[in-house]
Amino acid sequence: MKKFKHSEITPEKIYNKRRSFIKSMGYGLSSIAFSSVPLIDAKASNLNEPTSYQDITTYNNFYEFGTGKADPHRRAKNFTTRPWTVKIEGEVEKSLELPIEEVLNIKSEERILKLRCVEGWSMVIPWLGFSLSELLNKVKIKSTAKYVEFETVYNPEEMVGQRYPVLNWPYIEGLRIDEAMHPLTTVVTGLYGKTLPNQNGAPLRIFIPWKYGFKSAKSIVKIKLTKNMPNTAWKNASPREYGFYSNVNPEVDHPRWSQKTERVIGESILAPRIKTLMFNGYGDEVAHLYSGMDLKKNY
Amino acid sequence: MKNYFKPAVFLLCLWPIYIITFQIFYNKLGPEPVDRIINHFGEWTLIFILLTLAMTPLRKITKSLEWIKFRRMLGLFAFFYASIHMLSYVGLDYRFDFEPLIDDVLKKKFIFIGFSAWLLLIPLAITSSDKMVKILKKNWKKLHRLVYIISIFGVLHFIWLSKTIFFKPLVFLIILIILLLLRINFRKFNLS
Repeated sequence: MKKFKHSEITPEKIYNKRRSFIKSMGYGLSSIAFSSVPLIDAKASNLNEPTSYQDITTYNNFYEFGTGKADPHRRAKNFTTRPWTVKIEGEVEKSLELPIEEVLNIKSEERILKLRCVEGWSMVIPWLGFSLSELLNKVKIKSTAKYVEFETVYNPEEMVGQRYPVLNWPYIEGLRIDEAMHPLTTVVTGLYGKTLPNQNGAPLRIFIPWKYGFKSAKSIVKIKLTKNMPNTAWKNASPREYGFYSNVNPEVDHPRWSQKTERVIGESILAPRIKTLMFNGYGDEVAHLYSGMDLKKNY
Repeated sequence: MKNYFKPAVFLLCLWPIYIITFQIFYNKLGPEPVDRIINHFGEWTLIFILLTLAMTPLRKITKSLEWIKFRRMLGLFAFFYASIHMLSYVGLDYRFDFEPLIDDVLKKKFIFIGFSAWLLLIPLAITSSDKMVKILKKNWKKLHRLVYIISIFGVLHFIWLSKTIFFKPLVFLIILIILLLLRINFRKFNLS
């Protein structure tokens, strides 16, 4: 998995048709007869093939809309994303309040990136977006800024999940400043060539391909440059389970899930788990950010 | 009429099988089919354990002996679904690759406790026949009190594997607590 694959994507409809055909074949034959492909040598044949639009937009975690993975799709339909402003503040010379239209004016490109969820599944998503550094360059960052904090909108009227104390709302995520400035750290504005659907974090989300999915905050209203490490939502909920860095790392097990392997979303019942790669396969691009760091301690 | 009752309940207890068969053949298992199958049977195992535990309180509340006739069947269904749950995890998800499996059982407390619960179900399933009740006499009742531990293990298994206790694990926990509390009260009633 290399960075930005601008390769041709199979047209969505044909792609989905083909996928469902393969799937139904798989189910027809299988269910009792398990394949004997050994897990360890298993390799996905089509890692670069994007997950279907259907799966990307109907199966994801967005706890603001509920804890089930089908909840965001069902409950985000009427989520209000206009008007919307994004504040950039904190350790900056002059804070900035940008209307969403202005952010969307920054030229987006297709970035086919892999998402690895801490729960042990992965998708390949053709995002539309641009590097976060382009957005952050709109302000003058003070040298005292060491971290970047992302804040998701707080709107319990429409985000029914926020009515329950599942996490400390609003959702906070964060990166070290050098991570935030890395070109692979993407501000996402769409997927599959379309506007970003509500359930995937409209109108604006972040995506960091070498970290577990929960690091990539959705529906962002505030970007804050800070001196101290942000108190991120999941670390706050369970520091033993979720670290600040949360880089994809097959060597560091989550207390509940092994992180050595992952299940590819959209594959048939017969498809084996595949091996999880260090930094989700983006090691060549990002490993230098952590040179000298013990990633077992800084999980 | 009553002759049809037991077979009818039996067919009803196969509901989880009907659902999953439908979903397999109509391609409705969703994006993570293996996960779906494992969770489906896991949840139904817990439901059947709670149903089994509900029979005694229902007998006392309704003062009808009918309920207890279904206890064994419900308990065996719980074991049946627990076995499919475990088998789909071992076979479908891990493809009988025992190295990572053993690693999981030893390292992950939710798997350890879930696996323990399944092991504890085995002696109960084996001794469920009328013949065994006669052979074991008083010990049968003692042995089958294991179901309390199994039910607690089962619900803990669900809580520990979930990212948050909201909402399903919490619902199971509350129902289990109610079912266990009902028993404490009944014993007090009997003494007085």
